Amino acid sequence: MTGTVEASHRQLSGWGRTAPTRARVDRPVDAASIAGAFRTQTGGVIARGLGRSYGDAAQCSGGLTIEASGFSDIGKLDDSSGTIDVGGGVSLHDLMRHIIPSGWFVAVTPGTRYVSIGGAIAADVHGKNHHRDGSFANHVVELTLVTPTGTFTVSQDADPELFWATAGGMGLTGVVISATLRLIPIETSWIRVDSQRFARLDDLMSTMEDSDHRYRYSVAWLDCLGHRDGNHRSVLTRGDHAPSGAIPDRLRSRSREVPGDPRVRVPRSAPGRLVNRLSVRALNEAWFRSSSRSVGSLHPLSGFFHPLDGVGDWNLLYGPAGFVQYQFAVPATRGDVVAEAVGAIASSGIPSFLAVLKRFGPGTPGPLSFSQEGWTLALDFPLGPPGLPALLDDLDELVAHAGGRVYLAKDARLRPELLPVMYPRLPDFAAVRRRVDPVGVLASDLSRRLGIPG
Amino acid sequence: MNDAFGHPQSVIVLGGTSEIAREVVTLLAADRCRTVVLAGRDPVSLEVTATELRQSVARVEVVLFDAAATGDVDPTITRCFEIAGEAVDLVMVAVGELGAQETDEADPDRIAQMVTVNFTWPAAALSAVGAHLTRQGHGRMVVLSSVAGHRVRRSNYLYGSAKAGLDSFARGLGESLRGTGVTVHVVRPGFVRTKMTAGRSPAPFAVGPERVASDIVRGLEHGQEVIWTPGILKWVFSTLGCLPRALWRRLPG
Repeated sequence: MTGTVEASHRQLSGWGRTAPTRARVDRPVDAASIAGAFRTQTGGVIARGLGRSYGDAAQCSGGLTIEASGFSDIGKLDDSSGTIDVGGGVSLHDLMRHIIPSGWFVAVTPGTRYVSIGGAIAADVHGKNHHRDGSFANHVVELTLVTPTGTFTVSQDADPELFWATAGGMGLTGVVISATLRLIPIETSWIRVDSQRFARLDDLMSTMEDSDHRYRYSVAWLDCLGHRDGNHRSVLTRGDHAPSGAIPDRLRSRSREVPGDPRVRVPRSAPGRLVNRLSVRALNEAWFRSSSRSVGSLHPLSGFFHPLDGVGDWNLLYGPAGFVQYQFAVPATRGDVVAEAVGAIASSGIPSFLAVLKRFGPGTPGPLSFSQEGWTLALDFPLGPPGLPALLDDLDELVAHAGGRVYLAKDARLRPELLPVMYPRLPDFAAVRRRVDPVGVLASDLSRRLGIPG
Repeated sequence: MNDAFGHPQSVIVLGGTSEIAREVVTLLAADRCRTVVLAGRDPVSLEVTATELRQSVARVEVVLFDAAATGDVDPTITRCFEIAGEAVDLVMVAVGELGAQETDEADPDRIAQMVTVNFTWPAAALSAVGAHLTRQGHGRMVVLSSVAGHRVRRSNYLYGSAKAGLDSFARGLGESLRGTGVTVHVVRPGFVRTKMTAGRSPAPFAVGPERVASDIVRGLEHGQEVIWTPGILKWVFSTLGCLPRALWRRLPG
């Protein structure tokens, strides 16, 4: 095989650090090497970007994991069309540092910049602007995918079935080696933010329904533990890219500042578990008190979109046992499920540090793509409480029966029987898989655990 | 595959008629377990256990072997993995025989057999299972040890010494597998009320197999490498282990 620069065996897990498995890890730098690996590998092959999916999506026990970092080219920015060609292993962090000085920004960014382009497509990630701009794949002009049956460049017009199966397909249609992205123009790297506090969940949700459309970005943080009065407090932050006229003179020299690297890093030897019921309660209190009502305050992009990226390896704060993320989406008419889920979590007494609520606009045609029009709630749970597995199983039932689904990029524990209920177009996905991977070379721990057909 | 909570989807039980193993599988079936291979000596009682487990587990298969014969360990383990037909997430080693100390201790053949069934066969099997799981890239081995092996006593040193050997072997194997995705979990129960102990007067802190099983499943959720059950025995035996021998000898039981 040409082009493979290193091959070794490593134990891998997702960002939640649960269920590690061991696989051979290769870092190919050309399509031919990947094609060669597909021909010779018998124990399954899956691509891995920056390892930020929370569960077992980017690992393949006993098989081969292809690190995408060899595909790291950033092409020339086309100023007339606002598009750029990027390698599948390029991180959004590097891409942003490249394009922001020229007045461009990615159309969709998730809550971290440390995801690869290939990973962003495979999970069809969303950001705080989903209610008006959709998910990542909506802004992919075309992508080049190495599959076991060949290398294909596909778009929403050229082989849309393969394009949309790849968007949200968790890497199970092949390895994305490059993509052309449509960017958005920005005047500054600052966000003008309005924030509001709410004492009651229903007030928050009706405010979001009434006025989210006035902002490009909108997200709410909830206190899931519940306040003394039995209500769930929340802070809604919404904003837009600040025009250059909104930048005061003192910030003039920093008007197109690029995001930097993490300033602090959690040491590997961090004590036991720093996230617990007490610390969550204290953090929630501090956050709520510090976010008073404000209008038009300026925030740098990184602080607004990626607050946790300032701390390297923040997942270590959850201790050696790790944590699970639980994110679900339900139709717009089933906002009651959000309230019911928050109530169930509060009465379980199991602390969730991050509880983030936002509204989704229409979903994409991707059969495994997560987003669907309505509400989405994301939660973090440290492993340990005895009732946690059953609590999440109960939430699954609630979500599935409301016509909703959980986000596979975050899943590490869904009951396999619920997958076809949550993703009714699974047969469409399987048909594309059989076309590009008839022998079934592509596999991940996620696909095996959930029995994703192919 | 194991999920984030260490709940397996497929399990092999070596010593398939063990009541503790049956209770463990029943608990795992309530989570994600859907395939179980039961391996053991007696086809009739294996089939009884299999029938019972089929109430909650989608697929239960049976494999026959005899732990008194060490010649076919490798083919037996290979057969179990073949029949499972998918990645095996958990292998439970529940092979063992309590024996009858008073009569066995004077019979060299019985001593050899007790050591074979309680130590030699399980150790060889663990090693074979470790090789399969390492190739697979993940998996957990649960080994039923005993507090009887922690500090042996006059009254059951035959069983106790064999379990002590197995306990040490399993922990050593666990060390050798670090970084492979494969882990070994040693279970140290006290007196468990089962058919194996029927007719014996229970020792202090005696529990039923259901309690042992739930301690094992909780221990697996937390990735514990040594699981004492009931948990208090960890402290009891840490203390008893320090007693002068003259005093230890005079303890009842």
